[in-house]
Amino acid sequence: MSETVASVSALIVKTLLANPKVPRDINGSSKIVEDLAFDSLAVMNFVMEIEDTLDVSVPLDRLADIRTIDDLAACIVSLKQAS
Amino acid sequence: MSIFSKYEGLASALASVTAGGGRNPFNVVIEKPISSTVGLIEGRETLLFGTNNYLGLSQSPAAIKAAIAAAEAYGVGTTGSRIANGTQGLHRQLEERLCAFFRRRHCMVFSTGYQANLGTISALAGKDDYLLLDADSHASIYDGSRLGHAQVIRFRHNDADDLHKRLRRLEGTPGAKLVVVEGIYSMMGDVVPMAEFAAVKRETGAWLLADEAHSVGVMGKHGRGVAEADGVEDDVDFVVGTFSKSLGTVGGYCVSNHDGLDLIRLCSRPYMFTASLPPEVIAATMAALTELENHPELRTRLMDNARRLHAGLQAAGLRTGPQASPVVSVILDDVAVAVAFWNRLLDLGVYVNLSLPPATPDQHPLLRTSVMATHTPAEIDKAVDVFATVAREMGLSHAA
Repeated sequence: MSETVASVSALIVKTLLANPKVPRDINGSSKIVEDLAFDSLAVMNFVMEIEDTLDVSVPLDRLADIRTIDDLAACIVSLKQAS
Repeated sequence: MSIFSKYEGLASALASVTAGGGRNPFNVVIEKPISSTVGLIEGRETLLFGTNNYLGLSQSPAAIKAAIAAAEAYGVGTTGSRIANGTQGLHRQLEERLCAFFRRRHCMVFSTGYQANLGTISALAGKDDYLLLDADSHASIYDGSRLGHAQVIRFRHNDADDLHKRLRRLEGTPGAKLVVVEGIYSMMGDVVPMAEFAAVKRETGAWLLADEAHSVGVMGKHGRGVAEADGVEDDVDFVVGTFSKSLGTVGGYCVSNHDGLDLIRLCSRPYMFTASLPPEVIAATMAALTELENHPELRTRLMDNARRLHAGLQAAGLRTGPQASPVVSVILDDVAVAVAFWNRLLDLGVYVNLSLPPATPDQHPLLRTSVMATHTPAEIDKAVDVFATVAREMGLSHAA
């Protein structure tokens, strides 16, 4: 696997910044719900975009433990390694 | 700190909905139904375009008569669950009637449609299984997934190719894969491409559950839903539905040809730990099912009415979902506009549902209407006129 937490985190930030409503100063430690003002549906829809980019599926129960962009990146990397 | 502190955001959202002096949309009282299509709201006769009473059978004389006779013969309640306190003969009769209607070997009846999804999905998909849910699934499907502890993966709405891609990622992983789709989606009224999902199910060996809550009695030659209309009933392992829409009563069910369904009775908590349906509801439901079977013209009239409303709202310059179905939603961009629009419709005697994000797809507020077979063309035209009037008042009419 070529993806690392840092590279996946950077990809997530880049994907998020394509949305003009997302604050410009986000980074890996930004909190997805609090800092991005995403509701539960917005989080799920955003994760779906990332899933397609990285060809991975993130089960919804895993999202419950994710707070920051880096948390999501770590989760995706572990899922990719497990597959 | 109050136990309700966590709901401060909700309280302020509700306050903003009523800030302009408008009504609380979640507190509208239909004081009395005058007929299936007209109710008394705020003392005024109001056209009902938001009840999901698709065939008008909540006011069926045959169902009312059956309910009265059952209450007189059997009493008004069962006072317990079927597992703990016993099944009554009427429960069995209803399950046999549904088996015959759907041409399936097994049926479980639940006390509500919500519980039917909750009880079926949570029991079928355990912690070592995968649930694949359409992104726009009803809350009862999401809640069922949480109760059952399965791994939950969403696929893009009505997109069988996207489902296929996600199933491919699971190739080689242990555990059953249960795909859940709806016949007609309750917010926008769009219909599932069931044949496409059936093909994916066949190719991948997944299981397929179809929630036909809004499509039974509405679609298919015999009213069995989208799976019947698309000719793929054999590919649908489980059909879940409700009595509280086209059949006009309350309750839910799951039908299947899989013998294992009977085991679900012993592990489905929403089935085991709830009072079972009372006799008058069962009798009314069976009478309504007979009406549904004997009057296919109700479905024809319903779809004619759906097309009339859908075309009328589009001609009035309003944005609706792509296809005419018994659920026709007007899509707006702004919550405050939607709230004002909804209030004005009610002022002018038309009741519809105000649906707000995040309960709606794509974060758009909706004015959701549901059509009935019993609406007259004049009632539909009147509703369209009122929509057009309000749209003009609010500067929202963009007719070509």
